[in-house]
Amino acid sequence: MRRRRRRAARRGELGQFWRTFRRNQLACAGAVVVAALALVAVLAPALAPWDPNRPDMKRILEAPSSKHWFGTDQIGRDVLSRLIYGSRISLAVGFVSVGIATLIGIMLGAAAGYHGGLVDGAIMRLVDLMLVFPRFFLLLAVLAFLKPSIWTIMTVIGMTGWMGVTRLVRAEFLALREREFVIWSESIGAGALRVVFKHILPNALAPVLVAMTLGIPAAILTESGLSFLGLGVQPPYATWGNILNDGKDLITYAWWLTLYPGLAILITVLSYNLLGEGIRDALDPRLRQSALGRVLRLGR
Amino acid sequence: MALFALRRLVLAIPLLIGITFISFIVIQLAPGGPFDYIRGEESGQDAKLVERLNKEYGLDQPIYVQYGRWLARIVKLDFGRSFQPDAKPVLTKIGERLPITLFLNLIQMIIIVGLAIPIGVASATRQYSLFDKVTTVFVFIGFATPDFWLALLLMILFGVQLDWLPISGLRSLNYEYMSFWRQQIDFVSHLVLPVTVVAFGGLAGLSRYMRQSMLEVVRQDYVQTARAKGLPEPVVIGKHALRNALLPVVTILGLSLPGLIGGSVIIESIFAIPGMGQLMVQSVFSRDYPVIMGNLVIVATLTLLANLFADLAYGLVDPRIRFSRRRGRRR
Amino acid sequence: MRRGRLLASGGTGIALLSLTALLFVGGGRHHVAVAADDPAANDKPAFGDTFVQASIGDITGLIPNITSDGPSHAVGGLIYDGLVQTDKDLNWIPSIADSWQFSKDCLTLTFKLRKDVKWHDGKPFTAEDVHFTYKAMMNPKTPTAYRDDFELVKDVQVLDPYTVRIIYSQPYAKALGSWGTPMLPRHLLAKYVEEGKLREAPQNTTNPIGTGPYKFQEWKSGEKVVLVANKDYYVQGRPYLGRIVYRVIPSQATIFLELKAKGVDMADLTAIQYARQTDYAAFKQDYNKYRYSANRYTYFGFNLKDPRFADKRVRQAFAYAINKPELIEGVAMGLAREATGPYRPGTWAYTDKVKRYPYDPAKAKQLLAAAGWTDKNGDGILRNKEGQPFSFTIRTNQGNEERKKLAELIQQRLKEIGVQTDIQTIEWAAFLKEYIKQKRFEAIILGWGTGIDPDQYPIWHSSQVGPDQLNQISYANPEVDALLEKGRTTCTQKDRVPIYHRIQEILAEDQPLIFLYFNDALPAVSSRVRGIKPEPSGISYNFIDWFVPKALQRYTSG
Repeated sequence: MRRRRRRAARRGELGQFWRTFRRNQLACAGAVVVAALALVAVLAPALAPWDPNRPDMKRILEAPSSKHWFGTDQIGRDVLSRLIYGSRISLAVGFVSVGIATLIGIMLGAAAGYHGGLVDGAIMRLVDLMLVFPRFFLLLAVLAFLKPSIWTIMTVIGMTGWMGVTRLVRAEFLALREREFVIWSESIGAGALRVVFKHILPNALAPVLVAMTLGIPAAILTESGLSFLGLGVQPPYATWGNILNDGKDLITYAWWLTLYPGLAILITVLSYNLLGEGIRDALDPRLRQSALGRVLRLGR
Repeated sequence: MALFALRRLVLAIPLLIGITFISFIVIQLAPGGPFDYIRGEESGQDAKLVERLNKEYGLDQPIYVQYGRWLARIVKLDFGRSFQPDAKPVLTKIGERLPITLFLNLIQMIIIVGLAIPIGVASATRQYSLFDKVTTVFVFIGFATPDFWLALLLMILFGVQLDWLPISGLRSLNYEYMSFWRQQIDFVSHLVLPVTVVAFGGLAGLSRYMRQSMLEVVRQDYVQTARAKGLPEPVVIGKHALRNALLPVVTILGLSLPGLIGGSVIIESIFAIPGMGQLMVQSVFSRDYPVIMGNLVIVATLTLLANLFADLAYGLVDPRIRFSRRRGRRR
Repeated sequence: MRRGRLLASGGTGIALLSLTALLFVGGGRHHVAVAADDPAANDKPAFGDTFVQASIGDITGLIPNITSDGPSHAVGGLIYDGLVQTDKDLNWIPSIADSWQFSKDCLTLTFKLRKDVKWHDGKPFTAEDVHFTYKAMMNPKTPTAYRDDFELVKDVQVLDPYTVRIIYSQPYAKALGSWGTPMLPRHLLAKYVEEGKLREAPQNTTNPIGTGPYKFQEWKSGEKVVLVANKDYYVQGRPYLGRIVYRVIPSQATIFLELKAKGVDMADLTAIQYARQTDYAAFKQDYNKYRYSANRYTYFGFNLKDPRFADKRVRQAFAYAINKPELIEGVAMGLAREATGPYRPGTWAYTDKVKRYPYDPAKAKQLLAAAGWTDKNGDGILRNKEGQPFSFTIRTNQGNEERKKLAELIQQRLKEIGVQTDIQTIEWAAFLKEYIKQKRFEAIILGWGTGIDPDQYPIWHSSQVGPDQLNQISYANPEVDALLEKGRTTCTQKDRVPIYHRIQEILAEDQPLIFLYFNDALPAVSSRVRGIKPEPSGISYNFIDWFVPKALQRYTSG
C-alpha cells in the first residue's frame, strides 16, 4: 500500500520536473546541444573526414577550404577531424574526472553527515587540506611519478575536485538528519542504513546531479588550462584545449586554429551549464510554486 | 556558538600543523630537487656540489626532521630564504608580488560584486524573461571562454589594431618621467584588459548564486506576506527579500577571501604581470621549497579562518544546522 | 607607444616643422620613415635612446657565474667582462686582457692586462681580481656549474698588478676560452666567497659591480631589468645605446603582439613567425629580420644500454627512416640546417665528409631485418625472433612546441616501417631526475648547445656516464675516447682539426644519436637601430657599436 502511494508520488514528481524543465528554453537548448555532442563523440570515426593524427607536410597551415573545412594545423593535420575526435577525449575527461570526484564526494559526504562528530570533523579537515593545497603542485607531483597519460590527468582532476560534492552531500545529510530524526529513532541497526539510502540519498542526489552537470564543463576548462601550462593530454592526441593552446601563437595568422576549438569549448561549456542550471531549477522543491510539491516530498 | 568558535580556533592550530606537514611531504615527493638547475650545458652537474648544498640546507635529513626545523623557524615568523640563485628571503619574494595580486583581485572582486548582484537580482525577479535569458547566456559565455584566448583576442583588438590600450606589463617604460596624473592613467590603462578578462570570467559564478538565492527567498512565506500586506514591490524586494538573499552570498564571498592572495598564472603569463600565480608556478617547477611552503602557510591560515567565518555565518542563516551535539530536540 | 614617440619628437626641433606637413599626408607612423631618408641622420653614430628587449624568462641572479639560465647570462654579459671575448668569426680577442702568451709546452699562459679598466664603482681592475675570480670559482662553497673550466689549473700567479700567469697541470685546449668567464670584484666579494654566502651578497640582487659596458640600474622581479651605459668604459665612446631594458614577458604570443605594437625593439621570432607572419609592409618598415645558424642542434637519441638500440644497424635504420628535409621544412619552416654531426657548419672543426643518411625507408627495413626485426605475418609491425613487436616510448620535455612536433612526425615515419612508438612529454625537472639521470628512457628528443670550443668530452667520453654527467646515452667507443683526450690536450688549433674530423666520421657511422638539425636564430630588431653587421656567427658580437641616429630616437634616456 505504501509502495503504491510512493510510486504514484514519484510519477507526480517526475511530471512536475518535466513541466518545470520544459518551461526553461535555455535549458532545453542546452540539453539538445549536449545530446548532439555526445552523438558526435560516439560517431566520431564515421563523421571525421580525415585521420586526425596523420601529418601532411605539403599542406601545413592551410586556411579552411572545401577539402579541409576547418583548415589544417602546423603539421598538416585536418582540424575538423581533430576536433571531432577531440570531443571524445574532452568529454571523456569531463565525465570520468567528474565521476571520480562525485563518487569520492558522495562517500565522504555521506560518512561525514551521517556519523557526525569525530568522523565529520576529520573529513571536513581533509576537505580543508585539499582546498589549501595547490592543485597544480599535486598534479605535477603525481604526473611525475606516473606515466603521463589521459588516465592520470582524469584521475588527478577527479581526486582534487570532490570537495564541493562532499560539502553538498554532507549538508543534505545534516539537514535531513535533524528533520527525519523521528523516523530514525524508530529504526535500529540495519534499518538506519535503509533510511540513508531510501530517504536521504535521493534528496541529496538532486544537488549532486546538478554539481556533476556543472562539473563536466569545469573539467574541460581545467584541461585547457593544463594544456596552457604544458601539462595537458599527451601528443599526438587532440583535445580542444591543446588544439587551442597550440594555435595561440598563430592567432592572427592561422585564426582557424583558435576560433574553432575556442567555439567548441564555449558552446559545450555553455550548454552544460544551462542544462545543469535547468535541472537544478526543475528539481529544487524550494523553487516550486505549489505547496503540493512540498507535501509530496515530505510524504515520501 | 561562542564555544563553537573557540573550539574551532583551538583546533585550528594542530590542524594547521597537520596541513603543513602533509603538504611538506607531498612537495618533497615530486622528483627533482632545488639544486638541479646547477647544470652547465657543457659540463654536466657537479654531484659533490649538489650534495654539499643539500647538506647545507638540511635536505639530506629525514622528512620529519626537516619539517621540525622548518616549523621551529616558522613560529618565529622566519620563513627562510629561497633556494634559487638570488637567495632572497621568502617574505621579500612574496612581498614583491603580493601587492599587485591583491590589488588586481580586489578590483576585479569589486567589479564582479558590483555587477553580479544587480544582475542576479534582476534575473531572479524576471525569471524566464528575455532579460534573464540574455544575461544568463552572457555570463556563461564569460565563464565558458578559455581566458587565454579571450585575453589574446582583446589584446589584438585594443592593443594592436586600435592601439587604445597597452598590451602587457604594468607600466610604460617612461613611467618615471610622467607627471603624477599621467602615471595614474598609465597604470590604469595597463590594468583594463587583465581585469576585464578576469571579471568577465568570474561574473557567472556570483551572479548565478545571487539569482538562485533570490529565487529561493522570493518564494518564502514572509515575502508573500509582505506582498499581501500591500507593500510596493520595490520595497518587498529591496528591503525584505534582498537582505535575506544576500546572506549566503556574503558567505560565499567570505569563503573566497583566501583566494585573493592567489593569482591566475595564465592571466599573469599572458599579460606579463609579476604576480603570485607566476611565483608559485615557478617555485613549483624549480622545487623552491621555502617559497612554496611560505605561501602555503599563509594561504592555509587564511583559509582556515575564512572557513570558520563561513561556517558561523552559514549556521546563523540556516537554522537547520546546529553546532552542538544535542540530538532530538524539537524546535 | 604614443607617449614615448611624442616626447622624442619634441626633441627634434626644427626638423619637426618640415615633417609636420608630411605628417598630415603620411599618417602618424610615417614620420619616422621620412627622417630615415635623410642620409646624414643615418650614418652618424649618436649616443642615447633606450633599447627594449623581450625576454621569456626572468633572470635568477646578477652574478652569472652562479646562475645557469640564458637571461641571467645575457644580462651578465653586459654588466661584466672576461679577460677575452669572441669576435665575429668566433676567434678569441682581447677584452680586459691586452695580450697573452702561451709557453712552448702549452702549460703556462701569461696575460698582460689593460691598465685603464675600472670597476663600476671607480676602483681599478687588477690582476688580484683575476686571482680572486679563480679562487671563487674553485671554492667548494660556491654554487657554480662552471668549475671544471678551471680544474686543470695548478696555480694562478700575480706577477704585477697588470700581469697574471696561469699554470696548468696538463695542456688544456680550452684554456684561453675559459678566461672569458665574468670577472668578479675582490674588494666587494672576498668575504662572501669565504663564507660561502655569495648568493646573498648585494652583488647578486641589488648592486652588481662589473667592468662591462653597462651598469646596473634596477631589477624589478618578474618585470624588467634596466641597465645604463657605462660612460667610463675602457672602449672609448662606447657603448652608444644609452639604456637597455629587458622586459620579462612569459608568453611567446604576447611577445609577438608587443613586437607588432612596437612595445619591444628586439625579439626572437619563431620559424612560423619569421616565414609567414612578418611579411607585411608595416612590419618590414619597422623591423629588420636577421637569420643565422644558432649554436644548438636537436637530436633523436637512444639509450645505448637498451639491447635493441645497442645494435648499430637499428640506429642507422632509423636514420634512413626519418626524412630530415621534411622535418626542416615542416617544423622549422626551412629555417634550419641539416646536422650531420655535433658541429655547426662553418666552424673550423666542421667537416661534411661523413656518412649521410638520405630518406630511404626500404634500406631502413633491410637493416632492421638484418638486425633480426621482420614482419613475418604481414600485419605491418616488425617483430624479433621471439615475436615481440618493436615498440618503445619517445620522451621529450614539456613546453617545447618544436620537439613535440618532431616527435609526432618521427612517430609517423617509424610507423611506416613497422615500428610502434608512443610519445610522452614530461616536465623538465622530473624528466631530468626520473628518466635521464636514472637512464630510464628508451628514446629521447633533446638538444645540445655547442660551445665555442669543439671539445665535447663531457658528452661523448665513456667515463662521463655517471647520473650527473652528460653522456646520458652511455656511448662508449675507445677510438673516440682517445681522440677526445688528445683533442683536449693539444694546444694548437691546426693540430686539432684532423682529430675532430675523425670524431665526426666515427659518430656519423655509429649514429649513437640521430643528428637532426641546427636551428636558425631569427631575431627581429627595430629598424631604427643602426650598426648591425650580420655574420654567420650572429649579430650581437658588436652590440656596443649599435646606435640609433639622433633623429630616430624614441625614448629619452635618463
